[in-house]
This record gives sequence, structure tokens and C-alpha cells, in this order.
Amino acid sequence: MDSFLTLSHVSYAYHSPQGELPAMTDLCLSIEKGEFVSIVGPSGCGKSTLLSLICGLLKPEEGSILVGGHPPDESDVKIGYMLQKDHLFEWRNIFKNVCLGLEIQKAQTPDSLAYTTQLLKSYGLEGFEDVRPSELSGGMRQRAALIRTMTLHPDLLLLDEPFSALDYQTRLEVCDDIAMIIKEAGKTAVLVTHDLSEAISFGNRVIVLSSRPARIKADIRLSFDEDLSPLKRRSDQQFYQYFNMIWEELKGHE
Amino acid sequence: MNNISAAQAAYLSGLKRHRQRVRGFRLLIFILLVVLWELAARTGVLDDFIFSSPVRMYHTFMGMAADGSIFRHTGITLAETLASFFFVVLFSLLLAMALWWNRGLYEILEPYLVVLNSLPKSAMAPVLIVWLGSNPKTIIVTGILIAVFGSILTLTVSFQEADPEQIKLIYTLKGSKWDVLRKVLLPRSVPVLISQMKVNIGLCLVGVIIGEFLAADAGLGYLIIYGSQVFRWGAGVREVSSPVAVGL
Repeated sequence: MDSFLTLSHVSYAYHSPQGELPAMTDLCLSIEKGEFVSIVGPSGCGKSTLLSLICGLLKPEEGSILVGGHPPDESDVKIGYMLQKDHLFEWRNIFKNVCLGLEIQKAQTPDSLAYTTQLLKSYGLEGFEDVRPSELSGGMRQRAALIRTMTLHPDLLLLDEPFSALDYQTRLEVCDDIAMIIKEAGKTAVLVTHDLSEAISFGNRVIVLSSRPARIKADIRLSFDEDLSPLKRRSDQQFYQYFNMIWEELKGHE
Repeated sequence: MNNISAAQAAYLSGLKRHRQRVRGFRLLIFILLVVLWELAARTGVLDDFIFSSPVRMYHTFMGMAADGSIFRHTGITLAETLASFFFVVLFSLLLAMALWWNRGLYEILEPYLVVLNSLPKSAMAPVLIVWLGSNPKTIIVTGILIAVFGSILTLTVSFQEADPEQIKLIYTLKGSKWDVLRKVLLPRSVPVLISQMKVNIGLCLVGVIIGEFLAADAGLGYLIIYGSQVFRWGAGVREVSSPVAVGL
């Protein structure tokens, strides 16, 4: 019960007139503060559902989820969520887009706005405040989306395939950028992806899920050198060993 | 902007020429129509007692402009149209919001809205006179009825078509349903709202004119009916064309 994030015996199913579709049954998982956890699994195995449950958008039908010792709704732990697409609103300029969270939570103080400006500066978006999202490149848009999340000082970041909409090269760069940013800020992060290489390069722990209903097939701790960035990990010796190991797990009992 | 390439300059001047040509032909067609009409009236191809003619229309217009009556009538129609337009926008926004907020309400009311929308509203005008009396109220209500149902349906559909992920974003930022409405649905529906407003202003004008046919002692609709009854076609035909101008 001392873990930062605990899921115990969580079950969740989607209901439709055609029947019941179990997304996960009896899932147990705990994550410590400061961990970078990658969750991989086949498409549609309930990975996004898992994040929605952790975030409190969905309620588990059975079992419990505790974040910092409390259910997500009542927890003091602030949770930031990054979706697959950046969803920057075209009717707002970049500055207004990154301030969306502050605006909703009525937290637009001089301090928080100064912090936002500082984030824009350190993530290389200075000078783009008045620009419309469509004028930015895919990587810049995803960084803006990250700033939108970071302005609220989240302790736990949930990343729902946030790089999947980018082209391959940008994807590697942005993954590198964002992993380093989150690491330097000392946050805990959970990344959901179907891309095995991305999972290995991002996390210090990889959890492999089965196809629906999701169960944990493997939980593997990675021992890369702490200073290696995701991009550098890809050329590390161990990378291929882990890749093969997790690959076997993934296709294991299909 | 000083160093445009020759190709870009050629493109720009080509674009300009194209716009001028479009404008020129529009004007030409208008002039041609007016001239043909006048010629036809003068040579007796058209009976100018029934079809009037541009010159006769001009004289009636100048006459009515001289005593100011044309401006009074146009002003009244314009005011009534704007009033019903205002209410259409207000009602359709409020109802569309309510129908989005409560999905069940939408499912219950949808068939009624579709039926009301396909109802021939102009046929309702005589009934409205009985209910509301022969006054501007009836006219404005006719204008509202013609436009409001279609407008509600269009806006509701536009709200419901919003990207669920955009809505999820608001919830992940700990926003409420009200935030979804304010930060996502309303701003993203602005283009739909504007195009719907363009349609509405025209429909409101139609409704108001129909209302004025039946229940008015002033306004353009009244003038059209009056003109046709006293066989001053010069006035009548001209009045049919002036709503066009108001619409523009």
C-alpha cells in the first residue's frame, strides 16, 4: 500500500446492446514514485482504458485504484494526461492553447503565467505565442501539448501514445525531448504504446499486456545507464536483448 | 514584398484580371436584363400594365422616396426581420445547448423537431393572426417559426459531431461539462453558426414578408399586397425586388 500508484484486482468492461466487452480483468499493478513505466500490448487491448481508469475518467467496475493512497478523484497527486493527438484548438493561438488547463482551473495567476512563458522558452517555442497551431510542425505541436499539461505541475504523467501521430524521424526526436524534459522535472510517467522500440527506449520498466481482456504477461525492469537518452538507448547493446525478450513475450501466447 | 518574381507577378495580375472579369460580367447581365425588360415593355412584347417596366419602377420609387414612405416601410420590415433573426439565434443556441446537454431529451424531441421543421410555416400565418392578433408580434413570430427549427437541428448536430478526444482533453484537465461547452463546442461551432445565420436572415425575411402580407399596415409585404390589389403594378413589382436589396 506504500506505492505511489496501486491498482488492485481492477476489472472493467465496455457495454453495448451487442454485449459486454471486457477490457481488463483482475489487473494488479504498482508503480513507485519517479519510475518511468512503458506499457506495451497489441492494439485495442485496453491500454488507453487503463490510463483513463488511473486518471479517474472511468471508474473500475471491480477492484480499486489508489494514487498517493487515495482514489484518483480525491487524491492530492496531480495527474497530467497526454493524448494521442495534440488537440491544440485552431481557434486559439499557442499561448491561449497552453493556458487552457490554467484557464479551466481558474489558476491564471501572474506566477503561473510567468511559469508558462518560461516553459515556452525552455521547450523552444518562444516567439510562437501568437501563432495558430496549424503553422507549427508536428513536433512543436506535441511540445506545446506537453506544456499545456506541465503548466498544472502534474506529479504523475500519463502518456497515451503521444508520438503515434508523428512521422518517424520527428517521433524519435520528440520522444527524446519529452522523456528528458519529464525526467529532469523529476516526474513519474506511464507511457502506453504499441511500439516496442519506443517502450524500451522510454521506460526503466516495461509491462507487457495480453490482448483483450488485458492481463499482465510480463513485467521487466531495464537496466540502462541512467544518463542514456531514449535515442542513445536504441544503439545500446542491451537494447536488442530486451527487444527480443519482450518480442517473445508479446507474441508468446497469442 | 518588393522582390516578387516575374512568375508571381504574372500570377497576381492574372488573378486580378479574373476578378475584374467576374465583376464585369455580373454587372453586364444586370444591365442587359434591365435594358431588355424596358425594350420589351416599350415595343409591346410585354404588357407594361401587368409587367411594369424599369422606368415606371424608377418613377414610383422616386415618388415614394420623395414623401419618405419607402424608407418607413423598408425600415419597418428591416426592424421586424432583425428582431425575429435575433430571437432565432437566441432560441436555437439555447435549445441546441440544452439538447446536447441532455442526450435523452434530444432523443425524445428529435422527431417533433423534424416534423415542425418540415411543416409549411407560411400556412401557419393565418392561424397566428387569430392567436396573436393582427400586429407586428404575429409578423415577428412568423419570421421566427420559419427559421428556428432547422437552425436548432443544425446546431445540435454540430455540437454532437465534436471530436470525443477534444472533449476528453477538457476532462483530463479537470474541466466540467460546462467547460466542454464553453471551450470546445461553442468555439468550434462558430463557422456553422455563421453559415446558419446567413441562411436564417434570409428565412426570417421570407417569414416577415409573409406575415406582412396578412397582418400589417406597413412594411414591404404590405406594399406588395396593396400594390397588387389597386393594380399599381409599378409599385408591386418594384416591391418584390426591394426585399432582394434588403436581403443583400
